[in-house]
Amino acid sequence: MAEILEIRWHGRGGQGAKTAATFLAEAASSAGRFIQAFPEYGPERMGAPVASFNRISTEPIRIRSGVTDPEVVVVLDPTLMRTGNVTSGLKPDGIIIINSERDPADIREQLGIEGFQIFTVDANTISTEALGRRIPNTPMLGAVIRATGMLDYDAFMENMELELKKKFGGRPEIVNGNLEAIRRAYEEVQAE
Amino acid sequence: MSLAQQSGENRMALTGNEAVAYAMKQVNPDVVAAYPITPQTEIVQIFSSYVADGEVDTVFERVESEHSAMSAVVGAAAAGARSMTATSANGLALMWEILYIAASNRLPIVMPVVNRALSGPINIHCDHSDSMGARDSGWIQLYSENAQEAYDNTIQAIRIAEHADVELPVMVCQDGFIISHALDNLYGLDDETIRAFIGTRIPRYSLLDVENPATFGPLDLQDWYFEHKRQQAEGMKNALDVIPAVAKEFAELTGREYGFFEEYRADDADVVMVVLGSTAGTAKDVVDAMRADGHKGGILKLRVFRPLPAAQLVRALQGKKVAAIMDRAESFAASGGPVYKEIRSAIFDCEQAPMTSNYIYGLGGRDIRPEHIREVFNQNLSAAETGHIDTPVRYLGVRE
Repeated sequence: MAEILEIRWHGRGGQGAKTAATFLAEAASSAGRFIQAFPEYGPERMGAPVASFNRISTEPIRIRSGVTDPEVVVVLDPTLMRTGNVTSGLKPDGIIIINSERDPADIREQLGIEGFQIFTVDANTISTEALGRRIPNTPMLGAVIRATGMLDYDAFMENMELELKKKFGGRPEIVNGNLEAIRRAYEEVQAE
Repeated sequence: MSLAQQSGENRMALTGNEAVAYAMKQVNPDVVAAYPITPQTEIVQIFSSYVADGEVDTVFERVESEHSAMSAVVGAAAAGARSMTATSANGLALMWEILYIAASNRLPIVMPVVNRALSGPINIHCDHSDSMGARDSGWIQLYSENAQEAYDNTIQAIRIAEHADVELPVMVCQDGFIISHALDNLYGLDDETIRAFIGTRIPRYSLLDVENPATFGPLDLQDWYFEHKRQQAEGMKNALDVIPAVAKEFAELTGREYGFFEEYRADDADVVMVVLGSTAGTAKDVVDAMRADGHKGGILKLRVFRPLPAAQLVRALQGKKVAAIMDRAESFAASGGPVYKEIRSAIFDCEQAPMTSNYIYGLGGRDIRPEHIREVFNQNLSAAETGHIDTPVRYLGVRE
């Protein structure tokens, strides 16, 4: 069976967890990978905890079960760290990428996290400066590309530009702002 | 079905809903009627943007209910138009009365169905209770494992439905959310290739053909109703010849081969799991892992449930030790699900019929995990050794 990278995105309704998973999958697909992206559907309310998922592989993906034991967890909203379930099922050598202004060691100590590899990036500040709004999902993509090394950065940015132009073609400031936010997060993400 | 690409096909990343809406765009039907509300599907929502953007020539009718949607496409199809709609769950249930009228009028309507649970209790997630309930309505039913198959089945369904020997409506089923809302890779044909493949609908009779007037949907009592039903059954029987013929032409275009069912490592299998839809994909991974451990499991993924390819199923299953038959619907027979009943009946008279077991699973979107599938194989591999099945009908992954 092919190796499949599984990713779980945690966010709050309205933060773009579903869109982030979709963007990542589209970029990976354009790079020749086989992909899945799907959200968890429940009662949809702005601000409620939500999750979405990716599977990415070099071979066709057949499994259709939910993702329960991911290699990577991405947390779009740091307040979700306190709910205690974001690391559920995460592989022991898995990585967790958090939107936070604090550094990984600080998060580890404060929340008493053992194991895993922690990355942080201040996606709220980045998106506020680049886009004028707190939309942490696209900058988190930059952090994911950097932390996982799953795709070539330049190829990823080219694909993101294409996808963003498809969605926001008539609004170059949104396309460029998102690209700037992704680039900054890629550069600013902190490892332990 | 593995993802095989013929040169000239576009590699895409689309959800099941997007893939089928795209297929509908390429089909460019004359009429689409739909009721724009939950539980309608995204398929119609996406298709309506194609209409608004002028990318199709379709007359798009927004109607006041799913019952009216089916009634409108019945009228349009009787007028000779290539007519489509899409639905899901309770929407399909509300169409029920008119499903029978579409089929008995021999109208080649193609309808994508996103398989979701019927209320109650209220649930929007995947199971097959909607289309399984409609299995006796006279519609052909094709089931899809992934977005690629949903796309390919939609294209082939046009040809199957409109074939002069068939003239029956077709449901193209895909698993709700698991396929419909999941981004997936697939290959798409270009518009010209699809339009050449499906051609133009040439109706045998048309409401609009005033030179050759015909009567549609008249009172049909003791004198002729039975004959018409008999002819309808013949159309369904003829579909057993037409479905493989269309698949063969499609394979020449795409390299993707479709049969009544797909057999995966079933040749020398002791236990064959019979399964529809997305669960087949998960099961293939489990079979590969089992085979690596020396356990002989295989899969028979049923694509065509109506008509039921009984003779072909006999050939595929005879000589196997156990057929473990999966049902994503409860028919409340208190003796097993619909797929189980039909398969068991089809193979009952064959020489060396396998023992059969039934697993009802995944109702209301309950996750079906590789370990569940493995549990099914383990139980049935034991049964293959002992020659005895203790509990023929079980519920898989439920809290008892």
